[in-house]
Amino acid sequence: MPDNWGSRMNITKEEVEHVAKLARLALKAEEIDQFSQQLSDILTYAGKLNELNTNDVEPTSHVLPVKNIMREDKVSGSIEREKALINAPDRTEEFFRVPKVIENA
Amino acid sequence: MRKREITSKEITESVFARIDQVESKVRAYLSLTDERAYTQADRADKAIQSSKEDFPYLLGIPVAIKDNMCTEGVRVTCASKILQGFIAPYNAKVINRLEENGYVHTGMTNMDEFAMGSSTENSSCQVTKNPWDINRVPGGSSGGSVAAVTADECIAALGSDTGGSIRQPAALCGVVGLKPTYGRVSRYGLVAFASSLDQIGPITKDVTDCAIMLNVISCHDPKDSTSVDLPVPDYTRELGRDIKGMKLGIPGEYFISGMEPSVEKRVREAIRTYENLGAVIVDIALPHTEYAVAAYYIIATAEASSNLARYDGVKYGYRIKDAGDLLEMYMKTRDEGFGPEVKRRIMLGTYVLSAGYYDAYYRKAQQVRTLIKGDFDKAFESVDAILTPTSPTAAFRVGEKTQDPLQMYLSDIFTISVNLAGIPGISIPCGFTESGLPVGLQILGKHFDEEKILQAAYAYEQATEWHKKKPDID
Repeated sequence: MPDNWGSRMNITKEEVEHVAKLARLALKAEEIDQFSQQLSDILTYAGKLNELNTNDVEPTSHVLPVKNIMREDKVSGSIEREKALINAPDRTEEFFRVPKVIENA
Repeated sequence: MRKREITSKEITESVFARIDQVESKVRAYLSLTDERAYTQADRADKAIQSSKEDFPYLLGIPVAIKDNMCTEGVRVTCASKILQGFIAPYNAKVINRLEENGYVHTGMTNMDEFAMGSSTENSSCQVTKNPWDINRVPGGSSGGSVAAVTADECIAALGSDTGGSIRQPAALCGVVGLKPTYGRVSRYGLVAFASSLDQIGPITKDVTDCAIMLNVISCHDPKDSTSVDLPVPDYTRELGRDIKGMKLGIPGEYFISGMEPSVEKRVREAIRTYENLGAVIVDIALPHTEYAVAAYYIIATAEASSNLARYDGVKYGYRIKDAGDLLEMYMKTRDEGFGPEVKRRIMLGTYVLSAGYYDAYYRKAQQVRTLIKGDFDKAFESVDAILTPTSPTAAFRVGEKTQDPLQMYLSDIFTISVNLAGIPGISIPCGFTESGLPVGLQILGKHFDEEKILQAAYAYEQATEWHKKKPDID
């Protein structure tokens, strides 16, 4: 086990269920148990970062000094419709087809 | 080929014959594209017949591709059930570059699902074996590409590296693997895992091949706004140049307790070889190294949870049958389509980005990333390149670390900082453990200084014989 473990994080099953909903995952009961344990372990390990004082440190989201790349506002080619639809699990004519979204009135 | 002593068709045939011979043991490939390969080989042979000079770099050379780079008309799955049956409708930029240079496409190689893993055991399709010992893993996540190169099932391969996924398996299989500077190679058409860390790179049998492959794939691409518009040098140019006086830094933080003793021994011997070649060895400090794994697993999973939101069963890939409504279709498709490690990372990433935790985890990790990058910036003020072990251990046994995700994450401890800092790194073979498993030496350079690390790698390769050793697969 790594050194410098901070205080133990405890991710409850309710929190796992909440996060699973945000992540659009219909987890099974045994997955919820397992993730509760494993996420607690991993986040406890991540608590190690709190040993560092980062009050005056800028966050890095991108390592190179590149900003706002723009291109000319010109129409260029794109994938043809038929090609874009070849992988559709379900389709009707030129549309992707999905289960119903709106409740029957 | 140039001398017309051998044709591309003959090379391609010999590669597929080798695949027939060893693939049932190694299991490096998820799909073979022999028809495409022979068409390309034919085209290459015709080009060689009709022209006298100026052949492109890879004319007629069989190359294997990790199964996460879109190749038009070819099945691309990321070794995931959720991309079942997906046929890429366009080419990744790197595939266009390979085509322009006349390559022959042998097939798509196995990987950890969505490149998440360090052993290739997270593939939903099959477990690839290390050609040096088929009871052991090849490393990951580009384990299939690396095993294919090692077992001579291709001449060279492409992999992708988000936290070590090219370098760590290259070390565990005793071949050359390079992660270029972030922005050197276009990510257009690479299935995204963690967009601020992902980079495509070559896996080859020696350093010269590595430099040639890098010549082919490096470019600026307007379709990847993070690719950089800098001239691409001829990366073979500095190979063979004397390294006398080159300053090589040795970070104490990379020689930790818990490291496999024979790995440390081989790396220390390699450092002495550099001294004998006239390099100046300098002790340096990278004091935030021990925080890299924690920062990485927050940043990488956060980005992954966002990138993988697109897999919803609507436009491509797997969809469950008979969903009552749209939300149920999303949730069950994703639960059934993703494997356990991918779900674990989506969950972790969603958690660290969720309301109330963003500052405590995600922002904190990005601040630590700044510190890690600062360590390297400072080190490169006084050295030309840095030498470290690539991995703390040699290849581990199949199944050894699958039950404990955290232990698996810690096997990337020496490669992860490099992605966080965006610098280039190469792993080259530097000997074997007592039990005959390969050990990798990692050489790190400044942003866009691939030439320097290739020069250093080549000098070592010329002074040693490790790259000539071949596994006996029986």
